[in-house]
Amino acid sequence: MNLVAHLPILPVVVPLISAPIAVLSRRGSVAFVLATTASWAALALAVALWVQVGAEGTISYAIGNWPPPWGIEYRIDTLSAFVLVLVSGVAAIILPYCRRSIEAELPREQHYLFYAMFGLCLAGLLGIVATGDAFNIFVFVEISALASYALIALGRDRRALVASYQYLIMGTIGATFLVIGIGLLYLMTGTLNLADMRQRLADVSDMRPVLTALAFITAGMSLKLALFPLHQWLPNAYSHAPSAVSAFLAGTATKVSVYVLLRFYYSVFGAGLVSDLGLREVLLVLSLAAMFAASALAIFQTDLKKLLAYSSVAQIGYITLGLSFESVAGLTASIVHLFNHGITKAGLFMLVGGAVLVMGGSDMSRLAGLGRAMPLTSFGIVLGGLSLIGVPGTAGFISKWSLIVAALERNQWWLVFAIALSSLLALAYVWRFVEAAYLREPAQPREGGREAPPSMLISAWILVAASIYFGLDSSLTLGSAMAGAQSLLGAAP
Amino acid sequence: MSNDLILRVVAKILIPFILLFALYVQFHGEYGPGGGFQAGVIAAAAVVLYALIYGLDSARKVAPDWLVETMVAAGVLLYALVGVAGIVFGGNYLDYFVLGTTPVDGQHRGIFWVEVGVGITVSGVMLKVFYMFADRQP
Repeated sequence: MNLVAHLPILPVVVPLISAPIAVLSRRGSVAFVLATTASWAALALAVALWVQVGAEGTISYAIGNWPPPWGIEYRIDTLSAFVLVLVSGVAAIILPYCRRSIEAELPREQHYLFYAMFGLCLAGLLGIVATGDAFNIFVFVEISALASYALIALGRDRRALVASYQYLIMGTIGATFLVIGIGLLYLMTGTLNLADMRQRLADVSDMRPVLTALAFITAGMSLKLALFPLHQWLPNAYSHAPSAVSAFLAGTATKVSVYVLLRFYYSVFGAGLVSDLGLREVLLVLSLAAMFAASALAIFQTDLKKLLAYSSVAQIGYITLGLSFESVAGLTASIVHLFNHGITKAGLFMLVGGAVLVMGGSDMSRLAGLGRAMPLTSFGIVLGGLSLIGVPGTAGFISKWSLIVAALERNQWWLVFAIALSSLLALAYVWRFVEAAYLREPAQPREGGREAPPSMLISAWILVAASIYFGLDSSLTLGSAMAGAQSLLGAAP
Repeated sequence: MSNDLILRVVAKILIPFILLFALYVQFHGEYGPGGGFQAGVIAAAAVVLYALIYGLDSARKVAPDWLVETMVAAGVLLYALVGVAGIVFGGNYLDYFVLGTTPVDGQHRGIFWVEVGVGITVSGVMLKVFYMFADRQP
């Protein structure tokens, strides 16, 4: 039994097995230990995979020993290894945070179910990234989505149910569109294996069903990744879910959807087909709309969680903007922002979760004077906010810089101004928090400063520190993103 | 409906056959139409019929909540562990070829236990959904 040979499947299997055991244990504490162990194991396995892919190139694994393209193939290349590390890393850091956060927010008898759902959601997200089979992608999209609907519905006020229901409807439409697209591709190629599909598509690429499939998959995944104007589910889902869930989903779920879109665009359809259909222009317009409209909406939010959620929609605009360039530089910017924004936003939501726990809500009026009441938390939020703006020295700057490089490469000067202008909008919404936390007097005076529990504060600060670290030393993230972008476009004819 | 003599008697006669049919669909699934999913639903239907005729409390004595919840998780776990067994016996994940003395034998054994897992979980989920709706106060 040589475990190294099974590396591609193990990050998915370990959390998947932890979930039913967590249910069987019926104890919140046991389930917590299980889920935490599983997510750290998944992180270790993902890092091992990343190292192995770096040394040996793409790894293929045949589930059930049925060779591809007949059986289900798991296929790990530089991009999928990178996203696996992001997803399992965010999960591993969030789980220690969950214990106190969930204790405060959920009734005791739901704790073990929470950890089971978390494990399933993680397994689903990792499965989407690891698999090389189109239908398997759909199955894992559903696993992670169903688990996340349940996780969001656990939020403590009744609006969480409405938000979860809204996400359920939108997410189901998205997944249906995805499976319609996959069905059409299967119709035209007779295969579900992504690599095999690509080869067979070359003969039929100009036929109507293939273009329809591309349109369905684009629309479906745009719903899932909350591309403006299909983002309506996101603000409510993020602001009413339990804090740990907001952080986890904000850091991973939409990012994995972007990964699926990248995978289908460049590993299946190929760059030529995507630009023939005018998708680049569509993406460009929608990304710009997201960057401006969602940032502007964020400025007018009175609830900090909702503000961050709208900011997520805007930041997703940057990711898809990179996609629209269709160059190595553009895709590098997309992938690096996928990572940078994932860790930054997860860290921010975790800090806000701590503030909610102590102050009793995330409304700006409640958070007045937070700078004095919880200095570490609010300083962390400010640092994360700087990364959202893209101040030099933070991860967000690296993303924006690569986007600007990609825009200049295409001689689109005006986009540089657009990026700078939308960063100003980000400055405005981050300033709203700074103003409330540092310049306003608290509504009712509070006795002494009390911080969030250490386990929550440390976990959140790890991610904030990471977003600063990857702003100062970007060789790791930029290098991996560039390798991923090259492998995506290198596969193009 | 517990006062209706005809319903009580008919249900009492039918339920064993429904359960037997569920077992047939479960274990004959490799050769004919059927399998774990269908069998799980049929088995759950027997309990649902029992609950409709004899009341929810009687049904809870047959299939208590802890059992239903255990079934929901145990089936998934069984399925996942069959996959791990493939790795333990020297194959890939969900590799049934290595589970028996011959590859064909292994395939039979693998799909048998996977379908048992599916049957248990589907049955459990069906009952869980039924109980949750039945418990709601109007």
